[in-house]
Parts: sequence; structure tokens; C-alpha cells
Amino acid sequence: MVIFSVYVVNKAGGLIYQYDNYVPRAEAEKTFSFPLDLVLKHHDEKVIVSFGQRDGIRVGHAVLSINGVDVMGKNTGEGKDILEYLRDANNYPVSIRFGRARLSSNEKLMLASMFHSLFAIGSQLSPDVGSSGIEMLETDVFKLHCFQTLTGIKFIVLADPRQSGIDTLLRKIYEIYSDFALKNPFYSLEMPIRCELFDQNLKGALEVAEKAGNFGAGS
Amino acid sequence: MSRQSNRTTDSKKMNSELFTLTYGALVTQLCKDYENDEEVNKQLDKMGYNIGVRLIEDFLARSSIGRCQDFRETADVIAKVAFKMYLGVTPSVTNWSPAGDEFSLILENNPLVDFVELPDNHNTLIYSNLLCGVLRGALEMVKSTLF
Repeated sequence: MVIFSVYVVNKAGGLIYQYDNYVPRAEAEKTFSFPLDLVLKHHDEKVIVSFGQRDGIRVGHAVLSINGVDVMGKNTGEGKDILEYLRDANNYPVSIRFGRARLSSNEKLMLASMFHSLFAIGSQLSPDVGSSGIEMLETDVFKLHCFQTLTGIKFIVLADPRQSGIDTLLRKIYEIYSDFALKNPFYSLEMPIRCELFDQNLKGALEVAEKAGNFGAGS
Repeated sequence: MSRQSNRTTDSKKMNSELFTLTYGALVTQLCKDYENDEEVNKQLDKMGYNIGVRLIEDFLARSSIGRCQDFRETADVIAKVAFKMYLGVTPSVTNWSPAGDEFSLILENNPLVDFVELPDNHNTLIYSNLLCGVLRGALEMVKSTLF
């Protein structure tokens, strides 16, 4: 029972805080010999599998590391282009780790702004005036809970679908924000939150919520 | 509303005299620095504004009050909930204008001005102008009705 991540979005739709708490996803590391039977391609500054799904390596998985060295975008750790490197028979046998790519901070910023826009559309589509906006987005793997304060700040929590008590958690995160971020005179409003006390207390609140959620679902 | 156990700060009591003295020191220092009552009033308002924009979130997080439906409800919430929560006093809401868009908050006992007497040479000084700024800042943060 896990809370995957927490996002805080300001009035203008910009992401001001982001915390990831998830368990690492499935990754597969395999040793390959020339020629590589997977088809790889460039996508969004990453190298991903486009054909040849097998053994836990799925289409869409990104190359995470080669021979134990983490890759940097399209290049290996040493700066060589990955596709060039893998076309050269002299570099084989090579051990490559594939997995679902983590979101970069730019991608998270874009997704947060997109959610902010969807939220606005959601409130306006409402048949009744004064809708609260999107409160929950449910998929089979996670549930996204959103709480917008009267001042326009949105707290978004991604959690396991069976996790309970997220509403209390959202209110608690609001309290922690009003304490450790706002009462810090050196923190400017609407700017990214870089307060250690906020981080610490947020992690504490997530732990409490995860434990409480376990009791709730077990009974 | 469920309050978790690590919210100890609201049970810490502070000596109200220290608070009055702190505010008094602030105002007198401003008077010395600016030497002009109008300027001091402006500075107090600015400071109050900065406090208000942060205080509103604390107020909303702790009181879980929803959006007020009209101005009268706003006046009631300010007087009965907000002032009570932060200063421990409940001002009275009076003097409504005929159009219903202006009212007065009368503070019977204002903790900021305990023991304070304004001298004659500061008769345009609004001593508690910080509170006006706080109200201005707080209300400005919740006025948008876009969503």
C-alpha cells in the first residue's frame, strides 16, 4: 500500500513541489551478443525499444544503463551515441538494462501544467456552478487525488487504488504547507518550495498515512 | 477535523504582553525611521499585507471553512472565526452601508494596543494598521472565482 508521489501546483499552474516515493518498477538486465535482436530508436532524448519485446523487456522501455554505467539521454555514460555503440560488433557482448524511464523534471513540469488546465476545464464543464474541480482520477494502477484550496493551490497525491485516508492526507499536507513553507519568511509565495522542514514533515505524514491506510483496507 | 499529534504549536501559549511589546517596538522604530505618520501607516499596511497572504492559508487549513456565499457571511467569518482564532477577541460587525458593501469591525479590546496611548504629535498615525493590511492580504488571496 503505497503513496507514489506528491505534487504541489501553484495558482498559475506551475509545479512548485514534487516528491516521489515509489517502489522501483520492473527492470530487466540482459547480456546481448551481436547482432542485437531488439530494434531501438530515439524518442524524446532517450533510446527506447520499438520492436522485439521479450523476457521482460517491453516496447517503450528505455535503455537505463550499459555494462553497469548509467546512460545520459541518447549517449552512453562515456558520451558515445548509444545506437552507434550498439552497431559496432567490437563492443559485444554487452549488458544492457531496460526499464520504464523515469520522468524528467521538465516532463513533470509540463504534466503539472497540463493537469492544471484540465482541472480548469473540468470545473467549467460542470453542469452546476461552483464545482470543486477534478477530485480524483482513477486508473487500474493508481488513483490521483487532487485538492484545490480556496487560494488556488493544488495538492495532488498519486497513490495505490486501495489506499484509504487520502483526503485526510491532503488536508494534512495543506497544514504542513501552511506551516513550514508559508511561515518561513524566506520562502516567496508561488515559488518552488525548497524548505527542509517541509520535506521532513511531508515524509512523516506520508508514512503515517500509509500505515493508517493499511489498517483501513485490512479490516 | 482530525488534528495529528505533531501540531503542538497551537497549544503553546505566548505571553500577550510580549506580543504587545513587540508590536509597540515595531511601530516606534518605524516612526523613528520614517518620521512621517502617513509613511508609517503605509509600511504597516504593507507588512500586514505580507502577513495576510500567508496567514490565510493557515486559517483555511485549520478551520476548513468553505467559500463564503455572500459578503455578510464573510464579515461573520472574519469576526467570529478568524479574529477569535488569532487574537482571541471577537469584534462586533456593525455600521452596514445601505448597499451592503461596507461594514465596520469594532474591537472592544485589541491586544495590540494594551497599555498604549497615542501622543499628540502622532494624531494621524493608525496604530493598528497592520490588522488592516492582514485583512487586505488575506481577502485578496481568496477573491478569485475563476474555478
